[in-house]
Amino acid sequence: MLKTRSPHRSGSLRRTETRQALGFISPALLGLAVFTVVPVVLSIVMSLHHWPAFGERSFSGLGNYVDLFTKNPDFWPALRNTAVFALLYVPLNLVVALSLALALSPRIRGRGAFRVLFFIPVVTPIVANALVWKMMLQPQGLFNGVSTSVFGIELPNFLADRNWAMIMVVMMSVWQGMGYNMLIFSAALEQLPTSVIEAARIDGAQGARMIRSVVIPMLSPAIFFATVMTIITSLQVFAQPQLLTGGGPGNATMPLVQFIYNQGFQFQNLGLAAAAAWVLFVLIILITALQFKAQKRWVHYEH
Amino acid sequence: MSTETLPTRGARRRLRKDRSAAAPSNRVTSVAGDGPRRWRTVLAHLAVVAAAAMFALPLVYAFFSALKPNTEVFSMPPRLFGSEIRWSNFAEVFQYGPFTTYIFNSFFVATAGTLVVLVVSTTAGYAFGRLRWPGRDIVFVLFLATLMVPQEVVVVPMFIVMQWFGWVDTYQSLIFPFAFTAFGTFLMRQFFRGIPYELDEAARVDGAGAFRTFWQIILPLAKSAVAVLAVFTFLSFWNSYLWPLITVVDYQSHGTLPIGLASFSGQHGTRWDLQMAASIVSMIPTTIIVIALQKHLVKGIATAGLGGR
Repeated sequence: MLKTRSPHRSGSLRRTETRQALGFISPALLGLAVFTVVPVVLSIVMSLHHWPAFGERSFSGLGNYVDLFTKNPDFWPALRNTAVFALLYVPLNLVVALSLALALSPRIRGRGAFRVLFFIPVVTPIVANALVWKMMLQPQGLFNGVSTSVFGIELPNFLADRNWAMIMVVMMSVWQGMGYNMLIFSAALEQLPTSVIEAARIDGAQGARMIRSVVIPMLSPAIFFATVMTIITSLQVFAQPQLLTGGGPGNATMPLVQFIYNQGFQFQNLGLAAAAAWVLFVLIILITALQFKAQKRWVHYEH
Repeated sequence: MSTETLPTRGARRRLRKDRSAAAPSNRVTSVAGDGPRRWRTVLAHLAVVAAAAMFALPLVYAFFSALKPNTEVFSMPPRLFGSEIRWSNFAEVFQYGPFTTYIFNSFFVATAGTLVVLVVSTTAGYAFGRLRWPGRDIVFVLFLATLMVPQEVVVVPMFIVMQWFGWVDTYQSLIFPFAFTAFGTFLMRQFFRGIPYELDEAARVDGAGAFRTFWQIILPLAKSAVAVLAVFTFLSFWNSYLWPLITVVDYQSHGTLPIGLASFSGQHGTRWDLQMAASIVSMIPTTIIVIALQKHLVKGIATAGLGGR
């Protein structure tokens, strides 16, 4: 009697638990279906159509993709700008963040306050940060003002010069985003096993040598994580150039996401915008996959 | 690998030799606490202070510009103060256009969005982390897969979805579309799994149902993870720019703070003084959050580090 009952009971218990799980998960499932699955599918459909915001839609196959790579005058420059931004921004961000995390060692008094300071631009509205920099970089702004009146040297008009504009977009972005990686590195530094550091010290490792040969290899999982995330965000850059330069002069600082935004919501060409977004997605996936492949060469995991 | 990254035996021997030569002086200075070691500490402080000063420059510049009359913000040579210190700029900001509406909208949307994210993430995290049901792990992997889709792929069709729903220019469109990302669920699931299972079983034996177990036993134990998720979610709603730019057409009614900030440059030139004052105002809540949580900052990042913005 008992023997026949107990599996039956546990079966009904399991069914109850499944039902309960369904209850717990349904809000998330429903939301994800409506706000992720539907848009993703719709995005594929849109990218295969000529899809103006108003007026007739028509199926165009891969037409939008072909247009992007062969006809559209802004797409290749947008790809190039995104690549240039990423190539400048990612290494600079990581180097500054790591240097600061290392410099804010436990012997620095008030390191908590310094950390807060370096972290503030990460959480303040990016629009506010960009506007502050935009003012600073005006020809009459802080930089040129000080340079002209104190040193008598007139600086270029940073945001109107093709090359300087990109450099300043990168500088502002590093200032804005670096604190996040700094905290990632600080957290990793605090978790370094002291025994290894002590052993290295007893072996005579010090200063730069200690950092290069012991600390950085041990931080490599954190550096890997920060690199992957920073590259992804750099490929998605939008607000900084949009606010600082409007993508200009010409299209010198217009990255891919701004291209998507402009095509979709200024030129009302939603199909082309969707296609460009998929190009961005594929780029992100490819670059991230490459990094996971390459990590075996330099990332040092403790086991 | 290890031969490249860690000192080899040969290198160690060499290092040891160096050390035996250098050790005596080192030992003496570090015990005495003066000499090179102390100087190095002073230099380290100087370097950090210099970096911090450079870093803070834009914020300081914004603050002092916000206190000047608009005609003097670009004085040559640049001055710290204008002819007067206009604290009234900060008051004027609130009368300029619908600025108070922007602030209200941002607070409302960020708070409501955070609540939605917390409810969705904790319940789904509980189902994935602590309940057993067929297909759980496959569904979870599918959940995680959605994390790879960047916002940019979703925003264009999301606007069409908003048109279908009739949600353009509504609070719903600012709150819901990005409140269901799998990140929060993932974070909560990871945390819930670390709680001992005996607790659930004890609660069940005492006759508590799944919901009561979740609400009274598990959730209170996950307070810190919930707090981390709440803070990061609030900040990302507060700072969100691309999506409001797309889904809000009538800035006057449903514009958020980031969108409103740009509105100080109008047809009659830019009111730099007010724009800076408004920027400072928009930074205040987030800065307060960071300062209040500074002790937990590093740990929070270590917990939620997978998030990012």
